[in-house]
Amino acid sequence: MRDAVTAIAADHAPDRSHGSERLRLIWHNIFPFVVVGAIWEIIAWTGIFPRRLFPTLEDVATAFVNLTITGILPHHAIETVIRLLTGFALAAIVGVTIGVLMGRSRRAEDIFLPLVSIGAPIPGLAYAPLFLLWFGLGNLSSVLLVGFVSAFPIIFNSWTGVKAVKEIWVRSAQAMGANDHRLFRHVILPGALPYILTGLRLGLAQAWRILVAVEMLAAVPWGLGWLIFGARKFLNTDIMMAGIVVIALIGIALEKLVFQKIENYTVVRWGMISS
Amino acid sequence: MVPIEIRDVSLIYDTPGGKVPGVKDVTLNISASEFVCIVGPSGCGKSTLLNIVAGFLSPAAGEIRIGGKKVDGHGMDRGVVFQDFAQLFPWRTALGNVAFGLEMKGVPKDERERIAHEQLRLVKLEKFTASYPHHLSGGMQQRVAIARALAYNPAVLLMDEPFAALDALTRDDMQRLLADVWRETRKTVIYVTHNVSEAVYLADRVIVMTPHPGTVKAEIRIPLPRPRDPLSVEFLDFQKELLRHLGHGASASEPTKANGKTTA
Repeated sequence: MRDAVTAIAADHAPDRSHGSERLRLIWHNIFPFVVVGAIWEIIAWTGIFPRRLFPTLEDVATAFVNLTITGILPHHAIETVIRLLTGFALAAIVGVTIGVLMGRSRRAEDIFLPLVSIGAPIPGLAYAPLFLLWFGLGNLSSVLLVGFVSAFPIIFNSWTGVKAVKEIWVRSAQAMGANDHRLFRHVILPGALPYILTGLRLGLAQAWRILVAVEMLAAVPWGLGWLIFGARKFLNTDIMMAGIVVIALIGIALEKLVFQKIENYTVVRWGMISS
Repeated sequence: MVPIEIRDVSLIYDTPGGKVPGVKDVTLNISASEFVCIVGPSGCGKSTLLNIVAGFLSPAAGEIRIGGKKVDGHGMDRGVVFQDFAQLFPWRTALGNVAFGLEMKGVPKDERERIAHEQLRLVKLEKFTASYPHHLSGGMQQRVAIARALAYNPAVLLMDEPFAALDALTRDDMQRLLADVWRETRKTVIYVTHNVSEAVYLADRVIVMTPHPGTVKAEIRIPLPRPRDPLSVEFLDFQKELLRHLGHGASASEPTKANGKTTA
């Protein structure tokens, strides 16, 4: 699912393209989904698998619409998004701070780098039981776990970004009388921004993964992970699919409406990365 | 404007292969508003010397005084222009880049933008104030860099092969432009280059440096009136003289090398 999201995100439509050109581009983006959808539909209709386990797209669409009208799906989605953004915001603040600190201070680097290097490759879910014991079932442990796990890529990339700031920018700024504080604000931060944004994007992907999984464990009453997990009891595969679709839609929305907007306004406009 | 005194300056590089003298016992006196070019082959210590004057490197021995004041680290009495186009801040427009030094100085926004506009007009980029560096050509970026180094009005301008990465035609234009800018601003300039014709075109005085260790080998005054004609006999004579000091004496009569576009 994630790959499909990034694939769509990477395929940028030029803004002032011709009408037919635009249609062609939209078709170009939709085409793979049409193919997969068609194959899915054929398999569902042949009846190789029981329909309860392999719903048709109409079943999924019906479940989606029904759950949306009754407000159940939005409720699940909102709870999940709130947890996601709370945990992610925590990770962003702490992660960028630690990462930048590591990039700027040798001491901070010596302290944090070994910890982060060992902590990062451990699958986030491995910490889940520990967090559940410490912070109890429910919101607190899921938010904290999301924050903890998604901080790693943010720390790494912020650190790399600060290290990658060109020496010539620093020299130029110093020659023009920038003190440490201003050097940091006017040169190091914008200079490291392409990496920091990459870190945030990876962190958000990480946050999604861990959140959906932990919602299945943490006995939260609402949440897309829980919706999908709970639906297994009654073999409601259509509901599972509807939940997965919502996760994909939220992912695309965050990518297109938040990250790409921020990037276009900053690093793309500055020519530091190409769109 | 102020004079620069460089007294017995030495610097030794500590490399994995042992200690390499970067510059050794360099003494130079540069008068106020003088345009001095330092030429020499790669590794002769000319850039090292410039970085010492800029305050990015501390000399192992000797001292540098600018306007009588001893140099200790970088300072706003000096403006620096590097060879690398990447020296501009990509996240700032041309105007934002030029205004940077003034911002650091605490000049109010209106005032610094007015000055930045003025400086960009001086380098003929008044139409590109709102452009980001990546939309500007290499020559334009270097002009922004010059405007940026001049904007906060340093007494001294230090330039490290600023036009070396430009194509020959653009470089000619830039040299003319720099000569004009210098005539208007009368900064004291140290300009490092390996291009002999560039040195003769720009300088009041050319310092020839030789490597291993980096020392001053010769000083040549260029008393030609400005603007200078690079095709005049006198101009070519100075080029030949410089090339001879750089060890290219025998080939100086060859027309391809005598035009000075070859790397000395």
